[in-house]
Amino acid sequence: MDVALLSRLQFALTIMVHYIFPPLTIGMGVVLVYLDGMWLRTRDPVYGQAARFWTRIFALNFAIGVATGIVMEFQFGTNWATYSRFVGDVFGSALAAEGIFAFFLESGFLAILVFGWDRVGPRMHFFATCMVALGSIFSSIWIVVANSWQQTPAGHHVVPVLRDGVPWIVNGVPVLRAEIVDFWAMVFNPSSVHRLLHVWVGCFIMGSFFVMSISAWYVLRGRHRAFAERSFRGALALATLASLGALVTGHGNAEMVYRHQPAKLAAFEAHFRTGPADMSVVGWPDPATESMRFDLAIPGGLSFLVHGSFDAPVVGLDRFRPQDRPPVVPAYVSYHLMISLGVGFIGLTLLGCFFLWRGTLFEQRWLLWIFVVAVLGAAVANQAGWVAAEVGRQPWIVYPPVAWAGNDVVTGPAGTVVYDEAVGLRTANAISPSVASAQVLGSILMFGFVYLLLLAVWLYVLNEKIQHGPVPVPEAPPAGAEGVVAAAAARLEHRDSLTGTEPETVGRRA
Amino acid sequence: MTLDATTLPVIWFALLGVLLAGYAILDGFDLGVGMMHHLVAHDDSERRLVMNTIGPIWDGNEVWLVTFGGALFAAFPEAYATVFSGFYTAFMLLLCALILRAVSMEFRSKVRHATWRRVWDGAFTAGSTLAVLLFGVATGNVMRGLPLDARGDFTGSLLDLLNPYALLVGVLTLTLFAMHGTIYLHLKTEGALRERTVAWMWRTFGCFLVAFVLTTMFTLVAVPRATQHLADHPILWIVPVANVFAVANVPRAIYRGTPAAAFASSCATIVALVFLLGAAIFPDLVPALEPAHSLTVWNAASSPRTLGIMLLIAAIGMPAVLAYTAAVYWTFRGKVRLDDHSY
Repeated sequence: MDVALLSRLQFALTIMVHYIFPPLTIGMGVVLVYLDGMWLRTRDPVYGQAARFWTRIFALNFAIGVATGIVMEFQFGTNWATYSRFVGDVFGSALAAEGIFAFFLESGFLAILVFGWDRVGPRMHFFATCMVALGSIFSSIWIVVANSWQQTPAGHHVVPVLRDGVPWIVNGVPVLRAEIVDFWAMVFNPSSVHRLLHVWVGCFIMGSFFVMSISAWYVLRGRHRAFAERSFRGALALATLASLGALVTGHGNAEMVYRHQPAKLAAFEAHFRTGPADMSVVGWPDPATESMRFDLAIPGGLSFLVHGSFDAPVVGLDRFRPQDRPPVVPAYVSYHLMISLGVGFIGLTLLGCFFLWRGTLFEQRWLLWIFVVAVLGAAVANQAGWVAAEVGRQPWIVYPPVAWAGNDVVTGPAGTVVYDEAVGLRTANAISPSVASAQVLGSILMFGFVYLLLLAVWLYVLNEKIQHGPVPVPEAPPAGAEGVVAAAAARLEHRDSLTGTEPETVGRRA
Repeated sequence: MTLDATTLPVIWFALLGVLLAGYAILDGFDLGVGMMHHLVAHDDSERRLVMNTIGPIWDGNEVWLVTFGGALFAAFPEAYATVFSGFYTAFMLLLCALILRAVSMEFRSKVRHATWRRVWDGAFTAGSTLAVLLFGVATGNVMRGLPLDARGDFTGSLLDLLNPYALLVGVLTLTLFAMHGTIYLHLKTEGALRERTVAWMWRTFGCFLVAFVLTTMFTLVAVPRATQHLADHPILWIVPVANVFAVANVPRAIYRGTPAAAFASSCATIVALVFLLGAAIFPDLVPALEPAHSLTVWNAASSPRTLGIMLLIAAIGMPAVLAYTAAVYWTFRGKVRLDDHSY
């Protein structure tokens, strides 16, 4: 197999495993801020208990996110050397900014969040929680900015590389690279903000559904009721807002994608021929015959989405040469999977809110069971969104711009878009020339094995933690000042039972 | 001094040196702790203690590597692409080693079962050791020079990377970090465990000294350009001389029972060695066996605008980073003890 395909597989494998964890930690970070903040404000030990329990799970998820994330940064150099040479000037500063502004913040305060309960006061602890949540959000900003620049490049120009003042020519071909012209134009390229908002709501959905899944399970089992109900309510509020937000930001993204990457939206909707377009709800695209099988569609829906009119023509895949089209089936399937799940989340969370309002939410066992498994849907939706975004970008690793003439794209003599290859970069041309396919295959096998092991152990340890449950709080603790004492007492008691070491450091700030 | 296309890459070369030294000092001791884990700790509680000496901070330490990688990518994309694709298999192994090491700490204490803990103890030590060895071998190869073509792409094979010089630098790095980690353990532990680290400080120092002397001699013979800058600028001799003093102060401090001084000396040794590495290769970032193909700080650099933007990012970010890194180390100062938040 060729190096480009293998490198893509390797990237897909490593990032898909990694991308389970950042949405979890970003979403859970918000839940932790809420719980830790409520604990600081009310001193209700149940909030303290909840904050501690979720912090432990957060730490587990975070550690695996960090461990798998380190691969991503080095993969650009190992597998995509030509890409790195081409974009380093632009792309690198975003990654460097992530390292300095986000990673240090996260990892520094994570230490206090996880290990610092007895070493710092509750205010400082709450501050650390906020900083970790903020750090993970900063991190997503820079990553999405870097990725969005690949989708809709801006703020740069492509110039010949100079050596000793003259263009550098290797094997008769001048070497080109993208150089930054306007940093803020690069950061706020046309897709950054749209994509960032959508990524965030995806993360919030992931984190809140994760918390609701475990909480619902406790309620169903009749264990840790007070703790579980409180965690569930907080997460449900976030999940509802985020699910509705996903609809709004998703709509904004679809319009933006059409403007800048029309081939991508056409692939998402399997819209083969330019003209008025329906919006497919269920179906299976057949690229060979350029048609849909089992098509169930909203008539004129896509036209309405992009133009606000049911019969306006929409640019289809026929405006692009076959070698410039994204693979339609994976793009269509992942995009529709994401949307269907998103619609499901809205229905589910609104139903949850309805029963919460009626005061019978925790008696609806069937609904709680749906919430127990819905976290898988949240994970799949996040993965599918990423797959759609990246597969839809193909065959480009850096997307060349598309020009518009009215409601149609500018085409060449053959009626298809003629891309300026010099300002974009094809994925197939972005690989490392010095790497052989056997090396990449070897690395895929190695990572495949390590990641399988990792996921298995993660699930095992996660299950252990869930079975173990939160640290119990004493019976009927009164609120207010006495609650603090009770919480401190519970902490002391718990320490002795767990470790058996003399609690020497306990008195410090408890 | 004006910030232009000539000086900016040199500044970034120096800043990369700072990041590398910061990484080697910080992750150096926690990788060293990982290597010494089996040798120093004898029972489960001691093993937990050893892991928890680095528990809250290893993650932050590793961020120095991530930032070094990001800065290399941004400031010298040509060098980043060449080195990482050239060392492909070695880097993949390194990444697996770092992953295993990281998760072994997280997973180990979660289940109370002897076999479970033995497996993750093994992964912790093996991952740490392999990572250090690979770092050292990579450094040795950069010192020696790589087979590169006109485009700057690596043309050798994996076996070319396993040459005697690079392997020796690998051993030097292993012994250096083992010593550095053991001194750190001595600082953070008490009782019988601490007593045991004394003997291991002597042993690791002995091994380091042998590797240090051998590597110095081998370098003088095999890498003639290593001392070129020292010959041109005699003032630079301060560094190797200081290095020798720092190395010599390690046994002195151990003997006098001042481990903080020993730790400071091993930090100084690391700084000196990183400096000597930089001085040996400058103005190259990645020396090629064919000198015309070498990637210098100028021909591998990003545009002055990018380097300027990054300088601004670093100027804003680094003071904050240093402040909260210091705050975290301060929070977790003193001897390590187990509590219910420990690993």
